[in-house]
Order: sequence, then C-alpha cells, then structure tokens
Amino acid sequence: MSAISCIGLCKYYQQGDAVIKALDHVSLEIEQGSFICLSGPSGSGKTTLLNTIGGLDSLDSGQISIDGERVDLLDKAALADLRLYHIGFVFQAYNLIPVLSARENVEFVMQVQGVSATDRKERSFKILREVGLEGMEDRRPAQLSGGQQQRVAVARAIVSQPKLVLADEPTANLDSKSMEILMAHFRELNRSHKVTFLIATHDQRVMAWADRHIVMEDGRVISDELQQTP
Amino acid sequence: MALPVRAMSKLAWRNLWRNYRRTVIMLLAIALGVWAMIFMTALLRGMVDDMVKQGIGALPGHVQIHALAYRDDPSVTHNMPSPDHNLLEVLNAGQVKAWSSRIKVPAMISSEYENRGVFLLGVDPEGEVALGFNPDDITEGRFLNGIDDRGIVVGRKLLQRLESRLGKRVVLMSQDPDNAIAEGGFRVVGVFKAELENREESFVYAGRAVIQAMLGIGTEVSEIAVLGQDYQTPEVLAADIRSAVSADHEVLSWLELDPYLATMMRVMNGFVLVWMVVIFLSLSFGLVNTLMMAIFERVREIGLMRALGMRPSAIVYQVLVESVMLLILGLLVGNLMAIATIIPLKDGIDISAVSQGMEMMGASSMLFPVLLWPDLLMANGVVIVLGIITSLLPAWRAARYRPVKALSRT
Repeated sequence: MSAISCIGLCKYYQQGDAVIKALDHVSLEIEQGSFICLSGPSGSGKTTLLNTIGGLDSLDSGQISIDGERVDLLDKAALADLRLYHIGFVFQAYNLIPVLSARENVEFVMQVQGVSATDRKERSFKILREVGLEGMEDRRPAQLSGGQQQRVAVARAIVSQPKLVLADEPTANLDSKSMEILMAHFRELNRSHKVTFLIATHDQRVMAWADRHIVMEDGRVISDELQQTP
Repeated sequence: MALPVRAMSKLAWRNLWRNYRRTVIMLLAIALGVWAMIFMTALLRGMVDDMVKQGIGALPGHVQIHALAYRDDPSVTHNMPSPDHNLLEVLNAGQVKAWSSRIKVPAMISSEYENRGVFLLGVDPEGEVALGFNPDDITEGRFLNGIDDRGIVVGRKLLQRLESRLGKRVVLMSQDPDNAIAEGGFRVVGVFKAELENREESFVYAGRAVIQAMLGIGTEVSEIAVLGQDYQTPEVLAADIRSAVSADHEVLSWLELDPYLATMMRVMNGFVLVWMVVIFLSLSFGLVNTLMMAIFERVREIGLMRALGMRPSAIVYQVLVESVMLLILGLLVGNLMAIATIIPLKDGIDISAVSQGMEMMGASSMLFPVLLWPDLLMANGVVIVLGIITSLLPAWRAARYRPVKALSRT
C-alpha cells in the first residue's frame, strides 16, 4: 500500500471573474521512504499540493490517503494530530516563533507532543549541532540570519522524526555548503528511518538528490520520473 | 494537543511584552479600574456603615420593646411595666451586650427666651453609655450622675436655640396619664454634641426616676432598648425577647424600626456588585481591543502553530492564558493602589463642607473607608471572570484562522 495516495485532486481559487486551477485532477502514488522533488514554475501548484497533502488546505474534489487513512475526511482536531505526530513542515518563509529561541522553536513541536524535558533538550541540541547551529541555541530569530533561521525551521521539522516531511523551498536562503549539509541530512533520515520527503524546489542541485522528480505546470503533473541518486 | 502549562505561560508572558507600550497602557487601565472598584466600594461601605451605626445609635439599640400602641402615639399613656423575671432572664443572657429602660415622651422645653418641642428621655446614664452614648460627646458640664439626678443634659444646638447656657434653669413640660400638665424646673448640667445636628435639637436627657416622678407613672417605662452582639443579625435577639414578653408588647429590631437603613444595608451588597460590573464593562472594550490587536499582529504565528499541530482549542487556551496574565498583573497593581490609598485614610475624610447633605442621609461628616475581604474578593473575582468571558471572542477568532491563509499573511 502506498504511503500517500492522491486521486483526482482539484483545488480552485476565484480571482475576480477568473477561476484559477491550483490543482487540476492531480493523481499520485508515493511509497513510504520516497525522496521526491516537486518542481515547476511559480503558480504551478507545488505549494498547494504540499498544503493539501499536509491537511493545511482543503480540496474542492479528490481524495488523499496517508497510510490508508483519508486525510480529506478528517476534522480539524484529527488533522492537527496528524500534522503533530506524523508530518514535518518546512515552509517557504522560515516561520519561526519570534519570542522563542532557536532551541525553543525546535522543541516546540516536541512540547506539544508531550516529550519529556530531558529528551527534548538532548534532541534539540543534537539536531541544531547537525544543521550547523551549535552555540546559537539561545538566540532568537531576530538574532539569526535568513539561512540560520531556515536551518532552525528544518531542525524543527525533522527533530521528532515524522513519517513525512513536506518542504517548500527549504534551501532557498542557504549557501551551497549549507544546502549540501542539509540535503545530506535529509537523505540520511530518509535512508535510516524511511522518512518520506516531498520537497518543492526550483534548485537543480536539490533535485539531483531526489529518487523521483515530479514536474507540475498549471496545476497538473506533466512529468513524473525516477532518477539515479548519488 | 496543547503546550504544557509552563511552556504556554512562558510563551504568553513573552507575547505580552512584545508590544511593551500597549501592554503597559492596558495594565494601567485595568489597575485604575480595579482601584476605582475597591476604593469607591470602601468609601460607600464606610458611608453606609456610618449611616447604619448612626441610625442604630440614635434609636438606640438593636432591638426595642414598647407597648403595642406606643409607636403610633409615643405619649405617656402607652407605657409598659419594668421588665419582669422572664424578660430579665433574656436581657441578662450572653447574647445581650447591654440594655436599658427609658422614658421617652414628647415635651416642651422653655428657657426665659425661647421654647422648643423635644423628646424628653428619662434614662439611667450608665445604661445609656452602655447603649452607645459617648461621654466624650459632653462638651460642657457633665452627663447625668444617676437616675435620681435632677439636672438635664441638652444638645449644643438646642441650647443655642433656647438662647441659654450651662447652669441656667429651664422648664420641661409634658402630659401625665390623666392628660394633666406635668412640668418641672431643671438646671442644665451638661451640653452634648452629636454627629447629626437634629439629635442635638431633639433630645433632652434627664434622670429616669425624676421623670417618672414628674409624670406620675411609678416605675413604668416607655421603651427598653437592647444592644446585641452583632447589628447585622438582630432578628435572632428580637425573637428571643418576643418569646419572653406578653402579647401587649411590641418587639422590633432596628431593621423594622428604621426600614430605610435596613434597605440601605440590603441594597449595598447588590449595589457594590453592579458598580464593579459597570466599571469592568467600561474596561472590557479596551481589553477586547488590545487582545484583538495582539492577535491580528500574530495571525501568521497562529497559523504556524496550527500547522505544527496545535488544535484550535489549544489556540483558544493560549490566548486566554495571555489575557489572564494581563488581568492578574492589573489586579495586583490595582489592589496595591487601593490598599495604599485606603490605609492612609483610616482616620477619615473630612467632608464637613457637605455635612448638611450628609446629615439628611443620616451620615456624619467624617467618612471612614471600610475595606472588607468579601468586597476585595468580589472585585478580583469580577475582573477575572468577566475578563475571561470578554477574552473568549478574540480567542475564538484566533482559533478559527485557517492555517494556510494565516501563513500567507505578511
């Protein structure tokens, strides 16, 4: 059984008299442990696809199943639990809580999950070290550069080892070295823990890391190919 | 799911101080409102307390016993015998602080220049002092020495009206049971002052035995005034006394003797609550506005929290925690301000500039604020409860944000 099954996804927006098809009958099957890049021009539907799979946005029609459970039929509370325990998000804008430090931002999800303070501290320090932010744990977002903030957001998304990570342009503000470190980390998580990654990106270097490359345009999947990974 | 309480409190505390100025302004507004609630309530309580005590002092006593028709016609024809054995047993029991028999009849007092209608009180001076007459209120001369004292004690204002003075003789005239004139000459041995001027003009004190002899009524008395342990619950005492007297006696508590005062006391508690709610309602607009602005500025953050897995109910809880913190801070400051302004006023506020108006209401010209624990608790309770209710709307609005729309806000 596929980890994620999308059948006939449709999402429309009204803009004046025009109807924008953000998703136009998109169907996909994603196996557990996949490492997939989504690419396409701006407005092709990448972000919308990630948001609907993650339960952040509703569909106008179609079905999404994660591990056999219909995500599109879940209520708000159940969707919140799904995101909390099974999905890690990395957003286009870093979206950190400004009054919390880097470590507190990383620990946020674990706190809501009910992880003990000792475990939280250990895991947050470890993950921040792994993304190259050792020594900056107590800095607030305003005291971090754009790239550093992005790394905190990535750390937050993966610290609780979710089953699925949905990342929207995760390397947008990172230098090459940081990007390489990050992608290697993603890949390691994917291989060792079978975490499924669905990454929306314009970055060719990121696409090279993926097992599968899906191209979208005008809300449709126009290409879906497997590729060799390093 | 929600954050643990400690983490939520930390987040709420930090969020409060994101906009320092706005938070401080709202805090001050809450503190001022709380101060106004407590301070004004203390003043009102003090005023009503004073009115009740003045009223009871003027009666005097928490309970009075009369012959049945006395209150309709307080003349010498409606006397009653001195207390018998049964009544004495109740009057000397532990629930009675003091009691005294009195003659109280309408009379005319005449000096060489003027005359006035007064109430002539034939009293036992020791009993009067026990009932509440303050010997320090004697401004000239002395109080009576006993029930056989042939002197009289008059009010300062009355003496002025009579154009007389201490040591001068005056004539007191009333009626005996046969409707004949009963009169006597008396020397003014003492002058008293009262908080309420009309008391100074209305009452003349004389020895009980002397007046009984003048009126030819033997040992009969007009009223027996009884002081209990607590003015707030006189009905219990009245019921006990009623059971010890015959049916031709009327036993009334001060609540029935002075229904105006009784109503004042009963209305006071309800009025205090209404006063507090009205103040808070005027505050609540500011509170709602502050919370709405705080949430409006954090829409993206709220969307993020929802996206990360916080349930809508947890968002509501988060906003409420922030609001409660603001309220508690405001309460702390407000309570401190109130206590700090009430304590220095323990010697009273002199409002003699409006003493005539106060006297019409039965209050003295010194206002003593009275801070009661139930009032303090009520003020704090009103603020917390109504504050939480007021915060529900902004909290609900915050919880309704759709994550994807909230995240896309700039």
